[in-house]
Amino acid sequence: MIKKMTCIECPKGCLIKITLENLQIVKIDGNICIKGKTYAGSEINNPLRIVTSSVLALGLPLKMIPVRTDKPVSKDKIFEVMSLIKKVRVTKPVYAGDIIVTNILQSGANLIATRDVPA
Amino acid sequence: MIEKKLVIVGGGPAGMAAAISAYEHGVSDILLIDREPYLGGILNQCIHTGFGLKYFKETLTGPEYAGRFIKKIKDISQIEVSLNTFVASLNKNKTLTVLKPGLLVEIKPEALIMATGCREKTREMMHIAGTRPAGIFSAGLAQKLINIEGLIPGREVVIIGSGDIGLIMARRFTLEGAKVKAVIEIRQKSRGLARNIAQCIEDFNIPIFFNHKILRIFGRDRVEKISVCKVDNNLNIIPDTTFEIACDTAVLSAGLIPENELIEMAGVEIDKKTNTPVTNELNKTSILGIFVCGNSFKIYDIVDSVTEDSFIAGQQAAEYLGRLR
Repeated sequence: MIKKMTCIECPKGCLIKITLENLQIVKIDGNICIKGKTYAGSEINNPLRIVTSSVLALGLPLKMIPVRTDKPVSKDKIFEVMSLIKKVRVTKPVYAGDIIVTNILQSGANLIATRDVPA
Repeated sequence: MIEKKLVIVGGGPAGMAAAISAYEHGVSDILLIDREPYLGGILNQCIHTGFGLKYFKETLTGPEYAGRFIKKIKDISQIEVSLNTFVASLNKNKTLTVLKPGLLVEIKPEALIMATGCREKTREMMHIAGTRPAGIFSAGLAQKLINIEGLIPGREVVIIGSGDIGLIMARRFTLEGAKVKAVIEIRQKSRGLARNIAQCIEDFNIPIFFNHKILRIFGRDRVEKISVCKVDNNLNIIPDTTFEIACDTAVLSAGLIPENELIEMAGVEIDKKTNTPVTNELNKTSILGIFVCGNSFKIYDIVDSVTEDSFIAGQQAAEYLGRLR
């Protein structure tokens, strides 16, 4: 079986062809770099995505603080992560890279701020 | 009248890179102006990842990419930053009339770099018939409302056009619990990057209609539905293919227009088709000492290219000032 997919690792968007035999990857073509190969493997076994959103700030100069997971999480967990993100309230100043939620949904990824929001 | 060596209008990625580069090429006395209360420009609302792969060799969100430049600007005392500052006019002697809260001043730089970015095509430019109810947003405005203001502008959304911001917003609306009922693209393929079709549309099974055109927006106070029909590859309507989609929100994503009205006011020659300066050379204009960089010079697909070309603009301005001495 041949599966086709667009690599999302960079703006080039290589069209990758994956040849599968008995659900095992036997060949990957179309990618121009190693990232494409890794991406294709992960898409077959456990598709991963970085989740980005923004969380509500209270008593800070910005109303919303942009956030992301510091590692990709399972694609089928995206909406669960989002419903958790919606409950988060940030009341103290944060800086880009600060952890907002540790090990979100036991995914191994932390939710981190992506913008400085000083007092 | 305030005199400056170099004024840069626009504190987004283009203006910040130009300021840093001009400083690194020996210019002191730099003034960087932005109308918003923060540096970073449109990157602040682009909270998704995908920025910086070329320039920083890692994938960052918009605010992270901007943040690295903001830090650098703050560390350079020769770059003065003026926020909440709006340039109202520009004349051919490079004199800027500038408004800030409680103040109207004229600023005369020896060299000027315009890094004013671009704006989105409007409904009027797309010739969409129908009523004018609430619920029609450009993709960038919807992005600002959700990511900066924390407001969800609609529950049942149709995206018109498939530019990158439209695709990104299809995903963003979906993540926020809204239903994106369709993306309508008049051409045979997307205007956006292939990876955005994959990660924003296909990941969430959002229906995308190529070779389809919006005909009309319906609704009295709020958008109620839109009508759509099929077109052939020459964009001619195919009869008897019209159908309707019920929705409360129409998000327009049909392309960007470089914002160059200030230099046009000053008499810089502008190509009316692209709204960019007429020139044979990167970042240059028909008036010596006025440079344009970033998305106001040409629409770039990725911010890394904006940064790269704006570094050149900073160097060009430094060389120009060097020759004046």
